[in-house]
Amino acid sequence: MSDASLNASQSQAPEAGFGDYFALLKPRVMTLVVFTALVGLLAAPVPVHPVVAFAAILFIAVGGGASGALNMWWDSDIDTIMQRTRRRPIPAGRITRGEAFGFGMTLSVMAVVMLALATNFVAAGLLAFTIFFYVVVYSMWLKRWTPQNIVIGGAAGAFPPMIGWAAATGNITLESVLMFAVIFMWTPPHFWALALFMKSDYHEAGVPMLTVTHGRRATRAHIWIYTILLAPVAVGLAFTSIGGPIYLATAVFFNGLFLKGAWDIWRRDEVMAEADAYGVEKKVFKHSIYYLFGLFGALLIEASLRTAGLDSWAMVGW
Amino acid sequence: MEFRPSHELHKRRFGRNLGLGLVLAGFVALVFGLTIAKVSTDEFRMPTQVQGGTQ
Repeated sequence: MSDASLNASQSQAPEAGFGDYFALLKPRVMTLVVFTALVGLLAAPVPVHPVVAFAAILFIAVGGGASGALNMWWDSDIDTIMQRTRRRPIPAGRITRGEAFGFGMTLSVMAVVMLALATNFVAAGLLAFTIFFYVVVYSMWLKRWTPQNIVIGGAAGAFPPMIGWAAATGNITLESVLMFAVIFMWTPPHFWALALFMKSDYHEAGVPMLTVTHGRRATRAHIWIYTILLAPVAVGLAFTSIGGPIYLATAVFFNGLFLKGAWDIWRRDEVMAEADAYGVEKKVFKHSIYYLFGLFGALLIEASLRTAGLDSWAMVGW
Repeated sequence: MEFRPSHELHKRRFGRNLGLGLVLAGFVALVFGLTIAKVSTDEFRMPTQVQGGTQ
């Protein structure tokens, strides 16, 4: 191939840089994956060598990122339609669908194999299932079929602390299931609060969203119900081996705040919401982010106290 | 001797190639670190040679 032909082929489409491949891994989603997986790993009662812990978190993050690349491969047709996703590497023409598929599959296999070698088969199996769940069950099957896509798809985002826990212990226990349940129950009210105030073009892309299929009134009711169901799960975690008074106080505070916000959302109608430019919905969405980081941050503090040999329940005289 | 000036394509792909190089170097370092961490634990035992294969 001559230089001239190379230049001719290059001028047709902008070339992908390193950042475009990194963008395929959905780095913002990865932040949550890394943080919750790290908490799952450090809260576990089994000490892990720092290098092994670092490798485990890295491969969980890479596996999560790879599933994001496969999601972009599958959804490139709707990403082209929606304003928010139009500048992603595939719709922008910098990376082809085939390249994204190859990149996602290679990283998925590598992440699972390396996690198995670095830790154990339970953690690797959970990571493989998470990738399968996000790509096949959520992206290919549920996302364009049911308005409950957020609920079931949210499970994929709930697995990382469970994988972190399994990386340390080699097990699935009540504690890891409850950490999963907290994120699983938290995801729907978090996203539906966003859906209420974001003018999205999911409808044009043929993705059923609860706000469109069942209306905004039903969405408000759903937020309220899920927040009620979330509270006992989140508070209950305080009474397991990874909880303690600091976590309990944090969970009571944040769940109280979340319940109050969800109640306010439920009581409002569109006229009231438009009058204050969806102020309450925006506030609840913002608080929901603090909620998750607050609860998992408290678990991290409890784990640090245990590592230092302190019994946090005994410290408060319980 | 004169080096050929680098092609525009090489300049354009420099960032991507450098990034990939650093990722690969990091991966090699991580595998090395993992190996050291694994063989340093008390659980690690060298495979012993027995009749008919390793154990």
